[in-house]
Amino acid sequence: MRELNMVKAINDALDVMLARDPDVLVFGEDVGYFGGVFRATEGLQAKHGIRRCFDTPIAEGGIIATAIGMGAQGLRPVPEIQFADYILPAFDQLVSEAARLRYRSGGEFWAPITVRSPYGGGIFGGQTHSQSPEAIFAHITGLKTVIPSTPYDAKGLLIAAIECDDPVIYLEPKRLYNGPFDGHHDREIGTWAGHPAAQVPEGHYTVPLGKAAVVRPGDAVTVLAYGTMVHVALAAVDETGIDAEVIDLRSIVPLDIETIVASANKTGRCVIVHEASRFGGFGGELSSLIQERCFYGLETAIERVAGWDTPYPHAFEWDYFPGPARIAAALRRVMENT
Amino acid sequence: MRDLPFDLIRVLDDEGQAVGPWDPRLSPDLMRRGLRAMLRTRVFDDRLFRAHRQGKTSFYMKSTGEEAIGAAQALVLERQDMCFPTYRAMSWLHARDYPLIDMVNQIFSNASDPLHGRQLPILFSARDYGFYSLSGNLGTRYGHAVGWAMASAYRQSDSLALAYCGEGSTAEGDFHESLTFAAVYQAPVILCVTNNQWAISSFAGLAGTQDTTFAARAIGYGLPGLRVDGNDFLAVAAATQWAAERARANKGATLIELFTYRATGHSTSDDPTRYRPRDEAEHWPLGDPIERLRQHLVRIGEWDAQRHDDLIAQLDAEVRAAVREGEAIGTLGRSKPPLSEMFEGVFAEPDWRLIEQRREAGA
Repeated sequence: MRELNMVKAINDALDVMLARDPDVLVFGEDVGYFGGVFRATEGLQAKHGIRRCFDTPIAEGGIIATAIGMGAQGLRPVPEIQFADYILPAFDQLVSEAARLRYRSGGEFWAPITVRSPYGGGIFGGQTHSQSPEAIFAHITGLKTVIPSTPYDAKGLLIAAIECDDPVIYLEPKRLYNGPFDGHHDREIGTWAGHPAAQVPEGHYTVPLGKAAVVRPGDAVTVLAYGTMVHVALAAVDETGIDAEVIDLRSIVPLDIETIVASANKTGRCVIVHEASRFGGFGGELSSLIQERCFYGLETAIERVAGWDTPYPHAFEWDYFPGPARIAAALRRVMENT
Repeated sequence: MRDLPFDLIRVLDDEGQAVGPWDPRLSPDLMRRGLRAMLRTRVFDDRLFRAHRQGKTSFYMKSTGEEAIGAAQALVLERQDMCFPTYRAMSWLHARDYPLIDMVNQIFSNASDPLHGRQLPILFSARDYGFYSLSGNLGTRYGHAVGWAMASAYRQSDSLALAYCGEGSTAEGDFHESLTFAAVYQAPVILCVTNNQWAISSFAGLAGTQDTTFAARAIGYGLPGLRVDGNDFLAVAAATQWAAERARANKGATLIELFTYRATGHSTSDDPTRYRPRDEAEHWPLGDPIERLRQHLVRIGEWDAQRHDDLIAQLDAEVRAAVREGEAIGTLGRSKPPLSEMFEGVFAEPDWRLIEQRREAGA
């Protein structure tokens, strides 16, 4: 056991899998020699060789098409899309090919690929380095969508994703790479040092896809979050003193419906939090699922706290970002309603 | 090699003689197998097109006029090589003796459909026959072939990949990204453009080749480009062998433009007389691929009119028998796989949504 930040935990997962399985290949823009713009693949080419970890042309559709072909042949490619904002040129490959290959071929071919991509805001990246596109992938049947919130989970979920025979979109909250950002951008930003979930075991272990984590048990209200917003929600809960149950979904497909329903039935109140803009966001699906399954257990309307329905703005980053104050206000509202 | 993209590689001349430096010197037996595969494709297409008109299925597409391509390539490549087809490369499956009954059942989407009723007619998948999963979107599997070839090279295997793309689809980004990746990684892949002159109603020039050729696209990527008479079985075979030899010798990818003619409508939903002369096919200067190979085999004393007629009769009987067998299982709407198949194969294992929905749908 040693302490790692999230980007080093991801690097460790790739290192473990490259060493363990000769079918695993890691590639993407600036991924090989340079080690990735966020250093997630640092040292992997030097250690495992250029055939295992390599640079690609700047063509996201080509990267994913190549990965699908390799995966269909029997390899386990782990392509990186440098920012989730740049994944859209590959959208056709993910939707029309990776997600449907197994289904349409009667099980003759499938695409066991894991597409890693840094996502989310809080880094002053503007429109092209900040977006949260998870809901558009969740809508595509045949894809799995995984989002870690700690170094421990990042490693275990990534290994589980690589070993999974389905295509996985693995979104890395880049704001969390170096520390558990709680949304207080105006305060000193902490690192992962001393955080219990920064204790990362050496070697191989997995965190199963589709299993949420109750990161703070409570009885008053259920808070559903993933990625960066888990830490922001925890800060808001702390500051309000409300006995909230905070659930880190960890993967939105597959979704741990049992944990969600059990908690919503227990508390009768729900706040759903995500960075992505609200309309058509994954919060809408969560809200419907809870309403369908827990209606008679609910005490009040479900609240969504999300990014505004605008493009991701540069100067207004902290007005857009659903920070602790907005979550705290939502928590107080659902507690006041009876 | 710089001139090849602007030339036209031909072996069979207008009198049916094999001439010139590209003559692959195929055995008469292999040529007869090629002739059989092309005829099987045409007989099958005619019969199943009629089945569509009789309401037995929703959709059909013929390969008429383009049969030499898949047939020659399937026969000169190795069993373990993988082809990434388009919907007009069906002669590949016929050349590799894919069971007619499996094709018919897929086209009828009946209870014995090998793709479990999930895919549009003729968008087959046949891994054991070197035929990758087809789909109705264009150009998207071109890059899969490059990835497959890279994986094959990574495993230090001798097998290669061959991909088809229509000339119209070369305008898609997929085509250009695939050529870039193929060149950068020297992938053992043969990238084919079947230029059949028509993308539904759009002529080939609309894909940007009024003043150049599709084979010449290769030049900008640093790849060799061959422009081949796609109605000449021997020329297709020769160019494919040339590209395969390069790929297996680690010399990388080749782009091959197969110059041919779509002698039929785009699909059962198309009426080509709306946009091109009714008799255009009869004036196509490169002839019919079946007739040209037949003429050659007769000329070298390896075939005759009687054997030709007998072969057609035999193939017709085989196709009729397969259609009857498929009809006995059921045509579209009269028979289908169990409803549970709708929910299978979305993931390796269904998640709770699919399990709940299967129950909700009564499957």
